[in-house]
Formats: sequence, C-alpha cells, structure tokens
Amino acid sequence: MSLTVAYAALATGIVVWAILVMKLRSKPWEATAAAAPQATGFSVSAKRIGLWIFLAVVTSLFCLFLSAYYMRMGQHAGHGSPMAAGDWKAIRDPTILWFNTVLLILGSITMQSARASVARSEVQQTRVRLFAAGLLTFAFLVGQWLAWREIRYSELFTPLNPAVAFFYVLTIVHALHLLGGLVVWGRTFARALRKDVELIDVRLSVELTSVYWHYLLLVWLGLFAVLLST
Amino acid sequence: MLIAIALIVLVVATVLFHFLSPWYFTPIASNWDTVDSTVDVTFWVTGVVFVAVNLFLAYCIIRYRHRQGNKAHYEPENKKLEWWLTGITSVGIAAMLAPGLSVWAKFVTVPEDASEVEVLGQQWAWTYRFPGKDGELGASHAHLISVDNPFGMDPNDAVGQDDVLVANPQLHLPIDKPVKVLLRAKDVNHQFAVPQFRVKMDMVPGMVTHFWFTPTRTGEFDVLCEQLCGMAHFAMRGRVVVNTQEDFDKWLDAQPTFEQTLAATKGDPAAGQALFTACSACHGAKGEGNRELNAPKLSGQSDWYLVRQLQSFKAGVRGSNDQDAFAKQMIPFASMLSDDAAVRNVVAYIKTLPEVRPPASVVGDPVRGKELYETCSSCHGDTGKGIWATNAPRLSNMSDWYMARQLQHFRDGVRGGHPQDFHGAQMRSMAKVLADDQAVADVLDYIRTL
Amino acid sequence: MAFVAIADRDHEHALHDPQSFIRKYIWSQDHKVIAIQYALVATAIGLVALTMSVLMRLQLGFPDTFNIIAPQEYYQYITMHGMIMVIYLLTALFLGGFGNYLIPLMLGSRDMVFPYMNMLSFWFYLLAVLVLVAGFFVPGGPTGAGWTLYPPQAVLPGTPGATWGIICMLASLAIFIVAFTMGGLNYVTTVLQARCRGMTFMRMPLSVWGIFMASILGLLAFPALFVSAIMMTLDSVIGTSFFMPAVASMGEKTVHTGGSPLLFQHLFWFFGHPEVYIVALPAFGIVSDLLSTHARRNIFGYRMMVWAILAIGCLSFVVWAHHMYVSGMNPYFGFFFATTTLIIAVPTAIKVYNWVLTIWRGDVHLTVPMLFAIGFIFTFINGGLTGLFLGNVTVDVPLSGTYFVVAHFHMVMGVSPILVVFGAIYHWYPKITGRMFDEALGKFHFWMTFIGAYAIFLPMHYMGILGVPRRYYGYSDAIQFIPPSVHEANEWISISAMIVAATQLVFLYNLIHSYFRGPVADGNPWRATTLEWQTPQTPPKHGNWGKDLPEVHRWAYDYSVPGAPEDFIPQNVPHSEKTPVGREHGVPT
Repeated sequence: MSLTVAYAALATGIVVWAILVMKLRSKPWEATAAAAPQATGFSVSAKRIGLWIFLAVVTSLFCLFLSAYYMRMGQHAGHGSPMAAGDWKAIRDPTILWFNTVLLILGSITMQSARASVARSEVQQTRVRLFAAGLLTFAFLVGQWLAWREIRYSELFTPLNPAVAFFYVLTIVHALHLLGGLVVWGRTFARALRKDVELIDVRLSVELTSVYWHYLLLVWLGLFAVLLST
Repeated sequence: MLIAIALIVLVVATVLFHFLSPWYFTPIASNWDTVDSTVDVTFWVTGVVFVAVNLFLAYCIIRYRHRQGNKAHYEPENKKLEWWLTGITSVGIAAMLAPGLSVWAKFVTVPEDASEVEVLGQQWAWTYRFPGKDGELGASHAHLISVDNPFGMDPNDAVGQDDVLVANPQLHLPIDKPVKVLLRAKDVNHQFAVPQFRVKMDMVPGMVTHFWFTPTRTGEFDVLCEQLCGMAHFAMRGRVVVNTQEDFDKWLDAQPTFEQTLAATKGDPAAGQALFTACSACHGAKGEGNRELNAPKLSGQSDWYLVRQLQSFKAGVRGSNDQDAFAKQMIPFASMLSDDAAVRNVVAYIKTLPEVRPPASVVGDPVRGKELYETCSSCHGDTGKGIWATNAPRLSNMSDWYMARQLQHFRDGVRGGHPQDFHGAQMRSMAKVLADDQAVADVLDYIRTL
Repeated sequence: MAFVAIADRDHEHALHDPQSFIRKYIWSQDHKVIAIQYALVATAIGLVALTMSVLMRLQLGFPDTFNIIAPQEYYQYITMHGMIMVIYLLTALFLGGFGNYLIPLMLGSRDMVFPYMNMLSFWFYLLAVLVLVAGFFVPGGPTGAGWTLYPPQAVLPGTPGATWGIICMLASLAIFIVAFTMGGLNYVTTVLQARCRGMTFMRMPLSVWGIFMASILGLLAFPALFVSAIMMTLDSVIGTSFFMPAVASMGEKTVHTGGSPLLFQHLFWFFGHPEVYIVALPAFGIVSDLLSTHARRNIFGYRMMVWAILAIGCLSFVVWAHHMYVSGMNPYFGFFFATTTLIIAVPTAIKVYNWVLTIWRGDVHLTVPMLFAIGFIFTFINGGLTGLFLGNVTVDVPLSGTYFVVAHFHMVMGVSPILVVFGAIYHWYPKITGRMFDEALGKFHFWMTFIGAYAIFLPMHYMGILGVPRRYYGYSDAIQFIPPSVHEANEWISISAMIVAATQLVFLYNLIHSYFRGPVADGNPWRATTLEWQTPQTPPKHGNWGKDLPEVHRWAYDYSVPGAPEDFIPQNVPHSEKTPVGREHGVPT
C-alpha cells in the first residue's frame, strides 16, 4: 500500500505544484492581480492533457495491483508479526517473456520513428512505420498468449496459487490496455491511409499514440521486473 | 430569523438531551476506564465548539439579517483572525489526540502476566478454548473442522491434548486477572464485543487477532457480534460470566479437554436399543412418532441435535417453562438416561432406525412457504437436511405438527427463554419472521415438499 | 507547441445546434442535457434507496407490527441503500450532475472538452444502474454483504445474494468506474484547459474548485475499488485465493487456501475514504457559493478555502485505515492514522469558520437555498465533530460497530451533502428551467427535512454510546443492557424517517409543477456574480454563450463592493471608474 500512497502523494503533489504555478498566492480580488484579461490554460491541446490524466489513472490502477501483489505475497502486517503467505508458490516465468519484451521495445521504437516521420511530413514512411509498430505490438500479444498457454499446462498451474493468479491478472490487464491502444492505433492508421487527409491532422494522433505506447512499455518493464524478482 | 431561533433551540435541545437522556455508557466492568475518560475529554472539547460555533452562527443570522438599507461588509480575508482560529483548533485537536494515543499505547501492549483464552467465532455462534494445564494452545486449522472436531484442532499435536474446550456460547473469566483474548473465525469476519468491557476486536478467518483487558466486576455480560457476518448476524449472541477465582476454577475443571472429547464421541447402538424401549412407548418402535401421544418423529433427526436436546431436558434447560407441558413430560424420561454415554448410545440406536415418511397434518400454501423458507434455509439448508455447523436440526421429513407447535412456542417465548438455551434464543428471534399461524402452515407445507 | 492549432478545432462543432429530438435530448452531447440525464437517473435510483430505508425503519421501529421484511431482505436493503446513496446517487449527482452543468457555465466555455466521451459517460452510468437493478431479479436477490462487501462473507453461503447478487454488484461498480473515469477526465481537462479569457485559477468559484479536486480524488481512488472488484470476482467465479482464506463454511471446507480478507479492506478503504471527500468537496464548494450569494458578502478567506480543499484532498489518501482500527490490522498503525485523521480536521474546521464568518457582517437573505446552506453548516458541524470521536483511535474502539457510527456518517455524508444538493437545486433551478420554484413549498421542504433528519440521528449517537450495535435486524429482549426506552426511541425515529421521506415527494412535486406552471424567472434572480448567471439566454442554449465567449475581469465574489452602485458586480464586468475594485481590508474610510 505504501507504493500506492507514494504514488498518490506524487500525483497530488503535481496537482498542487501545477496550481502553485497558476499563481495561487495572488489576491484575486485586487484589480492589479490581473488587470487585463489574459489567455489561460496550459498551452497544450486538450487531448494531450486528457491523455496524460488518463495515464495517471492507469498508473494508479497498476500501483494498486502491485501493492496488492506485495501485500498478498508478504501477508502484510496484521496482529502478530507479518509472515510470508504459505500458499504462494513462485512460478518460473516463461522464457518467451524476454522475447516479448524485445518485441514491445521494438514496437515502441518504431512508433517513435513513425512520429519522427510524420513530423517531417513523409507520408509513405509514416504509414510503413505505423503499420510495423502495430504489427510488432500484435506479435507481443501473441507472444503473451503463448506465455499464458505455457503456464496453463505447467504442473504448478492452479488458480489457488496466488503467484499464478497474479501473473494472469497483471499480464492480462496490461494486454487489455494494449488492445485498447491497438483500437486507437487502427483508427490512426486508417486516417493515415486516407488520401484526402492532410498529414498535419494525423500528427496529433500519431504523437498521442506513441506516448501511450511508450507508457505501456514502461508499465510492462515494471511488471516484468516485479514478476522476475519474485 | 426563524432559522436562527431554530438553531438556538436545537443547540439547547442537544445539550439537554446529552445530560438528560438515560443513554450513556453502560457501567464499566473492565480496567479500561481510561477509554471513558478520553471520550469525556472529547465530549467537552467538541461540545464547547458545537455550542460556540452554532450560537455565533445564530447570532450572525439575527444581527445581519437583511433589512432595508443593510449592506454587507466587504472583507476578502482577515489573515490574523484565520491564523488565530487555526491555532486554537490545533490546540483543541492536540488535547484530544494526546490522551487518545497514550491510552492506545497501553492497548497495544499486552501485560506479561495476562492469561490466554481463545474465542472462536462461526456463523452464528461462539465457542471458547482455554490452553489447559500446559498454558499453551494447540495447533488448529480451518480445514480440520468437522462435526467431531468443531474446533479444527490438530489431533496429532501434543500441546493441544489438554486444551479445555467450551462448546457453548457462555464463557467464564476470573475477576481482576488480565486476560489476552485470542480471536479466531471459522468462516467469515466476526467481532467479539462486550459493551461493558469497552474494548473489542474483529475476528478474521486465516488470522489470529487479539486484545486484552482485566475484568473488574463479577456478573453476566452479553457478547455481541459487531461485524456483519451474514443473515443471522443479529442473533449471534453469547455471554461472558465474570466469577471469583474459586468459582472460575470450579467451572473450568468441569469442562472437557480435547483428549476427553476425542475419546467420547462414539455411541453404541446395541446398548442403545435396550434403553430405547422406554422411548418407543411414545415415539414408536421405529421412532416414527405418534401425534396422539404428542411424541415427534425421531428417526432421521441429526444425532448431535438429539444429544443436545436430551441433555437440555436432563439439565432442565428445556421444559423449564410451565406452559410447555409436553416438554415437562419429557424431563423424567430423559433423566432415565443416567449419563452422557447412555445419551450417546440411545442416539446411536435411533440413527440405525429406518426412514419413514410422517403423515401430513398441516396444510398451507407451499408457494408462499417457499419465499418464507428462504430465511430458514440459511441455517437449516436449502433442502432442510439440517447443518451441524449452524446448530440447525433437520426439518425435512419430520413431524410437521410438532414443528408447528415448536414454532409457536418459540414465537411466544415458551421455548428458548431459558438463559442457558442459547440456540433456542436464536430461534426465538428467527421465528418472529413467521408472523402468524398461516405463515407457519405455509412454510411447513413447503418443507414437506423437500 | 506545434499542435495548438489542431486542438482548437475541437471546439468548432459546439456551435452546431442539434435539431432532432433524439440528438437533442437522448443522444445528446450537450453538457447541460447530460447533467440533467445524470440527475434524473440518480434521483430515480435514489428514490429506490429511500424506499428501502423506510422499509428498514419499519422493521426497526415496529418489529412485531409490520412484519414486511425478512432478515435476508433487511441485509439486502441495508447494502443496496448504502451503495446507492454513496455511489449512484451522491457521487453521480455531484460530479455527473452538478459537475457537468456548472463547470462549463461557471468557467465560460461552450461545453466539456470531450463531449462525445461525456455522452458515453452517462450511458455507461445508466448501464451501471441497470446492472445494479438487475441484481434484484437474479436468483437469491441482490447481495446483502453490507455496502463494504467484505470478503469472505460476501461470497460465502449465509449471506444473501452470495452467488449472483454479488457479481451484479461488482460488475455494476466496475461499469460505474469506467463511466466515472470518462466523466472525470472531462471535468479535470475542462477545468485545466477550457476556461475563458481572464478566468485564472484563483478567480474560479469554489464550486468548481470542489468539483475539480473531487474529480482528481475520484480518478486516483476509484481504481482501488476496480482492483478489488476484479479480484473478488475472480475469487468468486474461478476460485482464486486473493482474499479468500482457508475456511470451513457451513461446516464444509472450501477450496481456498490462504487469501487475505484484510487486503480487501485496505483496498476498499483506500477508495472508501477519498470517496467521502469525493462527495464532501463538491458540497463544500457549492455551499460556499450559496452562502456568499445569499449573504451578499464575499466568501470569507477565499485563498484559505482553496488551500483547505487542496489540503483535504491530499490528506484524504493517508487516513483510510481509520476505518480499520478494530479490523485486526497491525495495531501500531493506529498511532499514524489517528494522527493524520485528526490533522485533517484542521482544514475542515477552517472551512466551517469561514462559512460562518461569511454570514458575519453580511446582509443575509433567508431564501430557500440559504436556509439549506445554513442547515448544512449545522449538520456538518455536528457530523464533523463526531468524526473526531471516531478518528481518535481509542475513542473509536467502544463506538465502532454501534449506532454512533450510523449517526456520524449519516450526518456528515448523508444529511449534510443532501441539504447542499437541495439548496443547489433550488438555487440553480431558475437557470436550468427558466422558471421559479414555489417558495412556500421549498421552505416547508426545508423545515421538515432539516428538523426531521436531526430528530432521526441525534438519539442514535447516544444509543451508540450505550452500545446498541448497528446492522441488527432486530433487538431481542435478551440483550440486557438495552433498556425499553431504546425501543420506544426507535419508534419515534421511524416515524420521523417516514415523515422526512414523505416530504421528499413535496420536493419532487414542487420541481415538476414549477417546471410547467412556475413564474418565468429572470436570468439572474439571485443577483449573483458568477458567469452561469450571465448567459445571454435562460435556460442557456447549446453553446451557452451565443457568438462570443465571455471575458472575465474579476473574482467570483465581488458582493457589496464599497462604492459600487449595486451590491454585486458580475465577473465579466470590466473594471472602470464606476465600479471601483475592492481593497484588501474593506471599506475606504
């Protein structure tokens, strides 16, 4: 839980800081505080802000899952001394996860390069790289599916083992977020393919998609590290 | 204007209610009078704030209410005033927090000389365990729980053999001895709470929680469950009896150890057959029951239930009410069974009797009965076969006229009124669900279909 | 930033007024229509929960006379009543209803920044409510595990609705959280992004501050409920062992081996405590605006109020375990959580002082919204002070699990926010409908609700101190320490509860009747300063502001400014010689 508390503290800290930047100490009733009306708000698009707030929510979700993971593993402190959970049988993480990680990293890099090409207004390159990024991500999901199969048929598999249950929950929740990302990716790609659309309109979509991809890569690296270390 | 007067009246009424209402803490029976004084401090601090702020609010409404030509005073803030108020509030908060934390420090430190007792909660009853001569509780696990081992004790653990088991909801404790209460739950969360002791703690399955106190007053105190634990949460009742040391020792010696309960579980049907001849005069040779003689069907009934009822008759717990004539009749017959072994033998014999279908005598609306039975099913099971863990006997295929009469008795307090009849008392609160004779008939007609 | 130009196009569509009835009122993307949709659904489901409370009171007050509900139904109603009131009524109404309606209007924007997502938010909310209601029709009925849904009880036999009902509940909560996240993203982004020219953060009305902070809390806290809902569903459906320990349920051992029920409690209350403030902060904000408008005085200590909202929001994440003092968690946590909990009382107390000080030296118009606001101050003082009992770990031990807790949270989280809801509805009713409500009926509604609610909950505090346990279907005479006077009081409480419940029908009648027959209201009947009262039309049309967005020149509280011709100066009035600006410490001598 301390992980989540730290995150919540950080998030509210950012909010407070952001508001501080907004001159919270000004005395709004004084005419001099803002004699002339000025443009307000951050100079970024609403969609971008929206995406970042959404990422904050998803971070909260994964922090809570990981808090639950550690608390369940260590049978967090109740009355008496905390003791490790007796029914937690650590599983051997499937080797294919390493391969999947490489795929996701490549997907993220390709997405970044698509973003670079759209900034340079290279239509054809944007399409190719965008497509490749989607393909790599799809391959990652297939790889994850293979990993789930592998554990499904290993002798340690039982839903009663919290190590197994958490493995599935964490990876599936991550995969669902990627799947949602792929839907957005599909829309972006379709838009990039259209002839009547100016590239400038695709730019924001590609940029936001790439931010989301990098974020989910980070989440995966975090999850993978936790899974490997326990 | 009216609202200002209303505020003043409400403040006065609240203060009067505080001092005049008959409800305040029950007379304390433990060492935790510091808890009470912390509450008193909190009452004084918050009470002053409550009165002061609300009266000031009422004053402001009266003084600054809208009248022709009134104008509000423009004053965005007053730093000095705000800091003063913050400061005073912080002092008040500290005045409440400091005693609170210091008492809590005592609460979390269990005295070295505290003796241990385990409270075991289940849906919806209490049982207790003392560590026995060696002063140590034996190992236990929820998966070992069965009808013969309701405490879930590990039979291979030598430490647990001398543990004293109290298989009913009444706990005795010696006065003036600090006691560490270890709390265990079989199925769901419960809470062991005695208002007179002030302190309490949840019981969580899979954990052993604890708290400590010293009883300072002899007497009987109600044990309540204060953590929602299912349908009969409100009927989960127990009792703590605080005795002098001698009375307590006498009581404790009379309770069986785990070893003794292990040795005494089995009855002998052959020996029981001879004893049953006395019963068969009324209940029939096959225990099929006889309505004319007011004798219910016995065959097929849960054995643990028959044992408990026979013991209740013998001890005068059942049949103590003068209006319960037929139960009174049963007392001398039950007393013919000289000891617990005889009781178990005769019950073992009844268990061998063949199942017969009792004749129907109560007619109702089984469709409505089905709805009403939903309440009953929580303890007696969906098919009315009875569940030992909830202390609920079998209902299906038993004499319906008998059950109708018992439900009547429970509702009227004829049965279940004896202070030692804990499970009967539980049934009393439950029987109230059946509002009238029609409801009883409906539910019994439905039970017949099970 | 290179993409600003693209972003600005987002707002273009807002000017197209939808024509067809369906686009206008059903699949609407207009924040005002969505707000009303939210409010109507919340009110409807709230009435269901109100009816349940009446049935429960009949049982408690007259256990032998009205034999209407069985124990399992009592526990089902107690669960659904709590869950509906906290989540589906109050959270949805304050954020989905008032948040949607007020944020764009008060900030001078045309709509939320993501109108399509806003619409989806409502439809997901409606779906969540329907799944919740579906719980009543599945075998076994809705769950009766208490609104806290503690495992293992929630999914084991002995609890009503432990198979189907609990799944409906968890599914409905998960859908609600999706709906809330879509809404919350909108509210926060709109506040950050779509304020009109001149609307700096410190010029925002406190209503917006409260809703803004509550949305942030919700976005960060609701995932905790989501996580626990997923894990509990898995425990129940496929037999994982996240929360389910080894137990012998009804004498039969279950498959589960070693889960942690306390883990669920931590996750639940990590959501549950911020949830209190998700409901309270919008109420704090709205009541500040009501008091200031109707006392014709600037809100006292605006900056302190903003800081208090921020402080309460941040602190609300580190107090959750005060719900668990006697849960069996590590007892040493008690020191930490008692301290943080009592610290949170300081900013809360400051807010109360500042409300009272707003009335002090004001020009108090005792209108219907003002009565509700004053009523709120009284009930909130009461409920807040009893919070100091329950937050202080030692004092909590004897009081937890008793009627004191029931009285406390109904006072602080039920009656107080609901009084604000009523006050706010009366306050903005002329803007929303363009008509005035019936004042006499409004006052009747206030008096019956305010006095009635206090009569219900004041005695409960003392029953709790006596030790009367909560969540009991009945109190048999076997409990020695409960005197007959408690049973008599229960009758009176039940009668009060029924009167208060019936009074709400008067309120509904007033709203419906006035909508058709009420006198036509002028655009700014309370002579308020904030932007929503300065719209060109009343009720505001699609796009809110006609051709040009408003421009803000002053803070939201320029009431009774010395030297001004009127006792209020709207936010969009520029400074000039005729309307001098207020100085920091009051009147020029």
